[in-house]
Amino acid sequence: MEEVQWKDFKGQIWKEKIDVSAFIEANYTEYTGDESFLSPISKKTKIVWDRCVKLLEEERKKGGCLDVETNILSGITAFKPGYIDKENEVIVGLQTDAPLKRIVNMYGGTKIALKALSAHGYKLNPQVQEHFVTYRKTHNDGVYDAYTPLIRRARKNGLLTGLPDGYGRGRIIGDYRRIALYGIDRLIEEKQKDLCADYIDENNLEECIRLREEVSEQIKTLNQIKEMAKSYGFDVSKPAQNAQQALQWTYFAYLSGAKENNGAATSLGRDATFFDIYIERDLKNGIINEEEAQELIDQFVIKLRLIRHLRTPEYDELFAGDPTWVTESIAGMLDEKRSLVTKSSFRFLHTLENLDASAEPNLTVLWSKNLPENFKRYAAKISIKTDSIQYEGDDTMRPLYGHDYAISCCVSSMKEGKQMQYFGARCNLAKALLYAINGGYDEMSFMKVVDDCERIQDEFLDYSVVRQKYSQMLKKIAKIYVDANNIIHYMHDKYAYEASQMALHDTNVERLMAFGVAGFSCAVDSLSAIKYAKVKPIRNDEGIAIDFEISGDFPKFGNDDDRVDNLAIELVQEFFDDLKVHKLYRNAKATLSILTITSNVVYGQKTGSTPDGRKAGQAFAPGANPMHNRDNSGALSSLNSVAKIPFANCCQDGISNTFSIVPSALGHNLDEQVNNLVHILDGYFAQGAQHINVNVLDRELLIDAMNNPSKYPNLTIRVSGYAVNFNKLDRAHQEEVIARTFHEKR
Amino acid sequence: MKGYLTEIETMGLVDGPGMRLVLFLSGCPYRCLYCHNPETWIKNNYTQTTTPKEVLKLYNKFKNYYDPSGGVTFSGGEPLVQSAFVLQTAKLLKKHNVHTALDTAGGVVGDFSKLLKYIDLVILDIKATTEKEHKAICGHDMQNFNNFLALCEKLDKKLWLRHVIVPNINDDEKHIEKLAKYIKNIKNVEKIELLPYHSMAKSKYEKFKIKYPLDGYLDMDKKKCAELESKLLKLLHKS
Repeated sequence: MEEVQWKDFKGQIWKEKIDVSAFIEANYTEYTGDESFLSPISKKTKIVWDRCVKLLEEERKKGGCLDVETNILSGITAFKPGYIDKENEVIVGLQTDAPLKRIVNMYGGTKIALKALSAHGYKLNPQVQEHFVTYRKTHNDGVYDAYTPLIRRARKNGLLTGLPDGYGRGRIIGDYRRIALYGIDRLIEEKQKDLCADYIDENNLEECIRLREEVSEQIKTLNQIKEMAKSYGFDVSKPAQNAQQALQWTYFAYLSGAKENNGAATSLGRDATFFDIYIERDLKNGIINEEEAQELIDQFVIKLRLIRHLRTPEYDELFAGDPTWVTESIAGMLDEKRSLVTKSSFRFLHTLENLDASAEPNLTVLWSKNLPENFKRYAAKISIKTDSIQYEGDDTMRPLYGHDYAISCCVSSMKEGKQMQYFGARCNLAKALLYAINGGYDEMSFMKVVDDCERIQDEFLDYSVVRQKYSQMLKKIAKIYVDANNIIHYMHDKYAYEASQMALHDTNVERLMAFGVAGFSCAVDSLSAIKYAKVKPIRNDEGIAIDFEISGDFPKFGNDDDRVDNLAIELVQEFFDDLKVHKLYRNAKATLSILTITSNVVYGQKTGSTPDGRKAGQAFAPGANPMHNRDNSGALSSLNSVAKIPFANCCQDGISNTFSIVPSALGHNLDEQVNNLVHILDGYFAQGAQHINVNVLDRELLIDAMNNPSKYPNLTIRVSGYAVNFNKLDRAHQEEVIARTFHEKR
Repeated sequence: MKGYLTEIETMGLVDGPGMRLVLFLSGCPYRCLYCHNPETWIKNNYTQTTTPKEVLKLYNKFKNYYDPSGGVTFSGGEPLVQSAFVLQTAKLLKKHNVHTALDTAGGVVGDFSKLLKYIDLVILDIKATTEKEHKAICGHDMQNFNNFLALCEKLDKKLWLRHVIVPNINDDEKHIEKLAKYIKNIKNVEKIELLPYHSMAKSKYEKFKIKYPLDGYLDMDKKKCAELESKLLKLLHKS
């Protein structure tokens, strides 16, 4: 097959079948130079962005939500075209007919959608509401029809939290590039081929029928994308013929997903180097110049900064700062020698200079020791200046995912277009330990949650007794957790299927079920305290341990001390083994993350005092971080502890680490700071580490920003797998961030 | 062989090239007016001891961060006070191809030619350029310093020079000219840093109940210090 739009492009494989990765490999131009070629913000972009800054300010003033469309429900073709400043926009398309106007999506759950509306002072058009509620069942309805009493108790008591049972599960990344490279018609043609098989496998009846229905849904949404693009004046049935179209087509594809779904994380994929191929071709042919190339990327990024979903206050508490996780994965290596760094990798990072620091899109640099030095240094420089970049270990992930994977949400890697994910939220490991001690009773509600287990009655906790009970408890909890996720994703596929995103996957997609843990370092330190110090439970009248007296010291996670770090490794390996023995919905493969987003605060609030000395209600550390200020053997020791946690075949859904260092500890001047940050990243990832958020700032600055928010309108910080505008955090989250370890010069 | 330390910095970013393991050894004969580590003056004031093997082990723990441009820096205090330990440790490190730096003011009597064999870089603190000023700043004459510097030159050691600038003591252009003249005659100078004086160590003096020598002196303006540094470099470049 040959298309005129492919003129000058090399390679054959990708023409014969859908394979964006092969296209990139055959056509991209590696760039090893420095950032001096970059262009400042263009006039048009400046006009568009200034308008957005005003709108964002209005949004902030209105309490975080500018407007909601209350007459129409979510859908790819539901909304009329919308513009920011039509004349100056080189990339167009909004979720609704106006910027920052949010969509009501009821498919996940009616109750939550209506609650979110009323929290922001809106009311859905009564007729729309009546029709939907009368005629349509939601994901949430389905889940609650099937939930077991045990799951309900585990959920209510915060043993399992953040489960996507009342809103979109998110985390799915369509290979949005496919529309640009192939055009919709070709994609429909390929999907039709998948549908024309006449054979229905009776041994796999349900799956077979379900898949046929899904592919038909996918084709419908592909046609809807075409229709939506047409309303903006573009025909996306054919491949993109230049850079502007490549970005526009890709954006339409992404936008369709964001119109159709309201998943927690709606990540973008890995586009910079793909776009670069079109940009290079246009530059070579004199169709655009560097300023216009940057303009395209700046305006593409502006659009991503405006993606919004309607959320409830409870959701905001869990995932603070209104994040959307429009994660874009940048750089990484093609193989041991050739990097995937192009000029557009620089251009994406440069948006943080042209358009100021920003939490979204979630720019993620896939780091390898072999990346070009110039690119490493530029990324480090932008990191130091803006605190807006996260880093993930390409040398850790590439052996497992190949060179065309992308990060979803914060840390979850998936092969683009070939793997999808069932987001499984997390299980509270610290609470699980208390359940082991208390025989399945919750230490806050005193409710019996887990049956058939006995409490420990010893005056002092004996490590081997506790550890054995913990193992038994983890096995029981793993079963509850698996059941919950099997039900959730069965219902989500049934009632809130992401057809437009799945249309941009291979039909025979590999499914991952992404489990997670919270309270990780708290649980590990608790085990260490029981093992190395003396821990005496303080029990209430019913014999439930509500506090602990600790005498003596014990090694703490985050100090590169194997005595405790090995307890950490053992714990995640054990829990992952407990999970993976179970049968998962649609034969999904289990993965595990140590990632809490900002929910470490809420999980902490719901968890009683723990044997490590943490008091009831106090926050956990985020993700895989050591507990606040207990990692006091220097920054590198802290990093070394986290780097020991196994990624491959264990925590393969990601290990999140948030690292804050004061500028003066990193060097005297920007040049030294850049050098040293590069060293830190090289050293950390060389040990097989997977993820790090870097903040270079002083605690005092954050305290000042907490008290004088107006002085810092764009203060962006990395929290846990994503960045937030500091002003968008509530006080509890701000205080938690300030209480974290800041590595200082000692 | 034991070393006495007041502190270990595992992420040393400012004492030598690259990222380094920095050992702060206790003991120093000097009593510089602007000293910001008074806890290192007395050798017996150590907080921990170590051995050459332990240093190597610690280095290896963080090797991934230090390689290939970093290494180990012996600082203090005056590391030459514990020259036997530094010698043994540096020897072991060199056997494992670790870059070694010695952060010293050269203020100790002795023959350090054997030790310097295992040192790749000397970070030398120049207190002053004249006997009178030297004595005023650190309480000692320049004899030991001169001998040490001569030895470094004889052995062709790479040098990084450091010099602290204090307002109203040596922050005038005339002093910089004098300094330029002095440095011009030194061989193998790779880098020169002017360090702005700061009073952050004041609380340490209070803790130790020692009178703070520079009471009433303001912190050196960092910008002005940087200007003096570029002036110094210009003067050296010209000649």
